[in-house]
Amino acid sequence: MTTLADISSVQTLKGFVEIENLSVSFQRKGHTVQVLDSINLQLRPGEFACLLGPSGCGKSTILNVIAGFIKPTSGCVVIDKQQVSGPGADRGFVFQQYSLLPWKTTFENVEFGLKIRGVPKSERQELVNDYLNRVGLYKHRHSYPHQLSGGMQQRASIIRALVNSPSVLLMDEPFAALDAQTRQMMRELLLSIWSHLKTTVIFVTHDIEEAVFLSDKIFVMGFNPGNIKAKIDVSLERPRHTDSFLSPEFITLSRQVFELIREETLKSMALN
Amino acid sequence: MIDRSLNVLQRHERSPFLLMFNPKGIRRVLSLVLFFGLWQLLCTIKFNLFINFAFLPSPLEVLGSTFQFFSNNPMLHIWASAVRVLSGFAIASVVGISLGILIGWFQQIEDLIFPPLEILRPIPAVAWIPLAILMFPSSESGMIYITFIGAFFPILISTIRGVENTDLLLLRVGQCLGAKPWHLFKDIVVPGAMPSIASGLVIGMGNAWFCLVTAEILAGRYGIGYLTWESYVTSNYPPIVMGMLLIGLMGASSTYAVDQLTRLLMPWRVTKKQSL
Repeated sequence: MTTLADISSVQTLKGFVEIENLSVSFQRKGHTVQVLDSINLQLRPGEFACLLGPSGCGKSTILNVIAGFIKPTSGCVVIDKQQVSGPGADRGFVFQQYSLLPWKTTFENVEFGLKIRGVPKSERQELVNDYLNRVGLYKHRHSYPHQLSGGMQQRASIIRALVNSPSVLLMDEPFAALDAQTRQMMRELLLSIWSHLKTTVIFVTHDIEEAVFLSDKIFVMGFNPGNIKAKIDVSLERPRHTDSFLSPEFITLSRQVFELIREETLKSMALN
Repeated sequence: MIDRSLNVLQRHERSPFLLMFNPKGIRRVLSLVLFFGLWQLLCTIKFNLFINFAFLPSPLEVLGSTFQFFSNNPMLHIWASAVRVLSGFAIASVVGISLGILIGWFQQIEDLIFPPLEILRPIPAVAWIPLAILMFPSSESGMIYITFIGAFFPILISTIRGVENTDLLLLRVGQCLGAKPWHLFKDIVVPGAMPSIASGLVIGMGNAWFCLVTAEILAGRYGIGYLTWESYVTSNYPPIVMGMLLIGLMGASSTYAVDQLTRLLMPWRVTKKQSL
């Protein structure tokens, strides 16, 4: 017999991420281009991690390997003791581009993963409506994506991934296309959902303040080939909100990260 | 975004009746009036400069033969033609869409069945007449085959293109939600190809009518195409022009119907056109 305590302990165990000696290289015009060089990374369940680095450093590639879109050249990704071999519903993905299915309403988009898994209709409805309410989209549940603003579309994409209770949520610069105000609102909204669900999150960004604001851990990435240059623990108190940007701790941390990343950015600029 | 900076006109938001009275409707009626007016004028003055209008039936003569046609059991001919065109179109839609989806999605199927189709595609409908007579048990089925040929290829090609252009991002979205190949196919590939399939159907419907005269050369005693061909053989010109216009009109209205029906199937689509 399983008790409630057992279930919750099983649930908290979900979301271990281990990346071991991950390297990725591509063949391009007869040359071998190394994109990632022996990446090592461990996350505990419920951690919020950011991969931060200049563009072209391979941070999105790491995410694509975790998602199973790209096969590693060597090394491996292990989620909850299962080695990743292809895409699956245990790893939710929020893309930078708007990626709702244009032919499905907001509700149907969020419902899609549950429907595939054969979750009964009444249960589906309850779950989806609950998530839609949390991000203020219930009113828009019958709208098609083209009728929604960019911020609304990304909110729907986030809950579309979360409603399947994945072990880990992968986010590839999800707020990059939004205006500054919306972006900040979305960060706060994301943190508030995350604080309830405690899903492990890996968030890719090139925005230092965004990384500091959101994460427990920041992995600063180096350039050519992509590697993890430093791991920074962020101990800013939660819940975080706009005022957090003004705290001395925040400013010190941001400056520290900025110094680390500056050198890499210069490298990438010289190469471009 | 783009919609804001352009002067955008949302389509089909008003009823056809109201359309008659707004600037767009007036412009369209005007274009028809100008077309027939100019034609009548050129016939009346017996315009003859490289192109000769002297012997051409004028709109009024055509109107006369139209009255004659409609006073003498017109539905017999219209019905016979419509059945042929619609049967050919229906078969072409089913075969074209299903083959197109298979060819677009599976490389092996493309390799196995696409090359001969590419060779058959440029052959005009008229060239099929002798073979249609040899291949089909009745002239009726031969005629349906000719209209089928017209509709089939645009539907096939558009479906293949639509399926091939599936957005990789959306496939990835599906995979991350746990979609198996069947779900990807049913919920992402096919709906994604719908706009392209719809334009294939619209072009296919027009082409089926396009092939009607050719089809009805084959045999028959009824049909608009037959009537047109028959009048040519007997050098009776006004009914030819009437037949041509009737085919044009029926082709245009059935194309419009296909367009509207496919729009109903895609309520999620935005179609915007810049107005002058």
